[in-house]
Amino acid sequence: MTTNLIQAHGLTKRYGDFVAVAGIDFHVAKGESFGLLGPNGAGKSSTMRIIAATSQRTGGDIKILDKDPNLHGPQIRAHLGVVPQQDNLDTELTVEQNLFVYGRYFGLSSSFIKNKIEELLDFAQLVEKRDVKVDALSGGMKRRLTIARALISEPDILMLDEPTTGLDPQARHILWDRLFRLKEQGVTLVITTHYMDEAEQLCDRLVVMDKGKIMAEDSPAGLIKTYSTKEVLEVRFGSERNAEMSEKLKQHCERIEVLPDRILMYADDAEKVLEEIIKQGIHPITSLVRRSSLEDVFLRLTGRSLIE
Amino acid sequence: MSITTEPKVVKPYGALYVAEYRIRNMMRFKALIVMVSIGNPFLYLLSIGVGVGALIDSNNLIDGVPYLTFLAPALLANAAIAGGMDETVFPTLHGFKWGKIFFGINSTPITGSQIAIGVFLAAMARVVFLVTIYWIVLYLFGALETSYSWLAIPTAIFAGACFAAMMLALAAKMENDNLFFTFISRFVIMPLFLFSGTFFPLSAMPIYLQWIGWISPLWHATELGRFLTYGREISNQMLFLHVAFLSVILIVGLFFAVRYYTRRLAK
Amino acid sequence: MIIATAVEIADRRAGRLGDKYYAGRARSVMNRNFTAFKSSTWLVVLSGFIEPVLYLFAFGFGLGQFIGDVEVSNNVISYAVFIAPGLLATSAMNGAIYDSTWNVFFKMHESRLYQGMLATSLGPLDVALGEIAWALLRGLIYAIGFVAIVAPLGLIPSWWGILAIPASVLIAFGFAAIGMAITSYISSFQQMGAINLALLPMFLFSGAFYPIEVFPESAQILIKALPLHHGVSLIRGLTLGEIDISLLGHAGYFVIMIALGLFFTTKRLTALFMR
Repeated sequence: MTTNLIQAHGLTKRYGDFVAVAGIDFHVAKGESFGLLGPNGAGKSSTMRIIAATSQRTGGDIKILDKDPNLHGPQIRAHLGVVPQQDNLDTELTVEQNLFVYGRYFGLSSSFIKNKIEELLDFAQLVEKRDVKVDALSGGMKRRLTIARALISEPDILMLDEPTTGLDPQARHILWDRLFRLKEQGVTLVITTHYMDEAEQLCDRLVVMDKGKIMAEDSPAGLIKTYSTKEVLEVRFGSERNAEMSEKLKQHCERIEVLPDRILMYADDAEKVLEEIIKQGIHPITSLVRRSSLEDVFLRLTGRSLIE
Repeated sequence: MSITTEPKVVKPYGALYVAEYRIRNMMRFKALIVMVSIGNPFLYLLSIGVGVGALIDSNNLIDGVPYLTFLAPALLANAAIAGGMDETVFPTLHGFKWGKIFFGINSTPITGSQIAIGVFLAAMARVVFLVTIYWIVLYLFGALETSYSWLAIPTAIFAGACFAAMMLALAAKMENDNLFFTFISRFVIMPLFLFSGTFFPLSAMPIYLQWIGWISPLWHATELGRFLTYGREISNQMLFLHVAFLSVILIVGLFFAVRYYTRRLAK
Repeated sequence: MIIATAVEIADRRAGRLGDKYYAGRARSVMNRNFTAFKSSTWLVVLSGFIEPVLYLFAFGFGLGQFIGDVEVSNNVISYAVFIAPGLLATSAMNGAIYDSTWNVFFKMHESRLYQGMLATSLGPLDVALGEIAWALLRGLIYAIGFVAIVAPLGLIPSWWGILAIPASVLIAFGFAAIGMAITSYISSFQQMGAINLALLPMFLFSGAFYPIEVFPESAQILIKALPLHHGVSLIRGLTLGEIDISLLGHAGYFVIMIALGLFFTTKRLTALFMR
């Protein structure tokens, strides 16, 4: 058996005339944390659903644990824990009932499930909420319960589709902490996100997707190194003057991006660039020096912003 | 350029704006609404009026008239009630819970009571439409005997308004349990529908069950309807009582509807 | 004892016929429904059989006073005896249609419950069978409740009437299978509304409330093609003890409905549950 849990070649998904996934190649190794980064509609969720064996591919090849998901859905899904983008918890049931019923879907014995529930309630910090109906939980709690539910069968691969979308910053950090622990325990994670900070935090390796294609693949640091400079200078002149100013600024940096509200100047020493332009008598309304992020990588690769 | 929204301008018409939004929403389903409005009376009259009517011995006219004539005003009022409930229960549940639209409307100068009244008015527009069509179908079936039978249209609408107002209040009050409506429809609405002198005179029931009719807006409206469509003999006192009963229900219903809407929005 | 893991359990079925659709655990879906039922206001759910009973009282005993007796084939029976089987068949239809259309549609598109189930090692057929079996169990309880109320009132003259209980489960199965197949083609609430629209004439004209002979011959042929008419005739034959070969024909109609419904449901499983 190969060490790659997932192996895809030319994977394609069409809905009628619309091509959601346009022939992508990727692999996920055991124990790694693999990310799909891209804006809404990039084809991440379609890819996830094919991996989860709940959507049939229309072209190409994919093997999950050496099995074809079109032919061995139930056998593959027994290896997976799925956390969908929108919570689909059973709102008619309590927290504990949700976990129990879900374990039964896998055919697990009730003694096994009962022990596991204790462990998972503790992990998800929901011990006090065990008899509460799902509707009464906060967004962060629902997400943690969904993750706990996905873990009931002790999956080899945990699939998380936009795990922190819609959560407040505190709830996000709690969730990241929980996911780190899983990573430490050796669970393989497959994560989609359109948040670059999330991808940087959680993923060992990621692919950048846009319009159904993979634009680049590397570790977060590697991507930044390849596709961006070390630092970025952000300057603003007011929406109406940005375009006009960019002509004058071009020569001072390696690369320039003009966005509707600001100009991004790429250079390894952005502080120096700022000094230079001020010397030239150019005074932006605001300026900011920061390190390059995956957002910049995405902008470089697609010419568009990640969050639109 | 600046746009000013004068609260003073919104104030008197707020309910109408809400009604307009509800009616626009209904228009999306206009084909379905028209089809149901025509199809329902047609099917019911053909089936119950003609089919069941054929079983009733012709010497044994009910209340001195053919069964179809006896049934017509009850079906008319019942159609108004069903329409009024449809357009209040679901929009209220949707507005507060599923879509939370009311909270959005309430963030404009429009008040909770205006939302309640607006939803009510829109429901009434639907009721007026469907009762008018129902009446025309009744006319075509020859189920109306008097020359002034069109007066049964407003009395049926009256019954629809009563139920709409009560349901508006109830749906706003109920925050969680969807089963509550199963309960209400099974143990309140359906018995009222079946035992309010709808399909047979109230007097055919044992006296200890007749109270079901007395508390039912459907019965009161049906009695008025029968008076108007085939001249059933009813004393002036009773006529007054029927109108008074419906008026009280309507006013109390609207009062609580406005109150519960305002309260729930303020939460 | 060694506790089997999810993977071992799933692999046991690998290689069997239909292993990509069926994991042999429809009962875990029923278990879910039972858990939800226990934590709901179950008395309200159970009281479902009250509706036909109310209709029976209103029409059978209320309106019945103005109708007297009804002649069916060679029997002269009271109106209440006449409509009781009609109401049982009708409520079997209504319950089954509700469960297989609105309920399935809601769990698929609104609460996305099925997506959750199908992220596990269950197959789509487990979900379909579990849901249908649960609906039939509910239908069985309703039928028992109805018969338990009307039999002591003398409205089921024949001992054959006991068979009305399994017969109404058969009717429910037929409608549930067809209902689920139809739901697989439906994508919006408006289309769901159309199903209700189609059911109303069936409810009103299938001979539950009056013998269809009041209508002209041509209309009768149309009515006799409708499934509910066969349901009403089947149950009425049993409660009146008029046992003949035609009952087999009525039952056969539902057997065919079940076969067709299940065929299309299975064929559309991927569309139903994995779109």
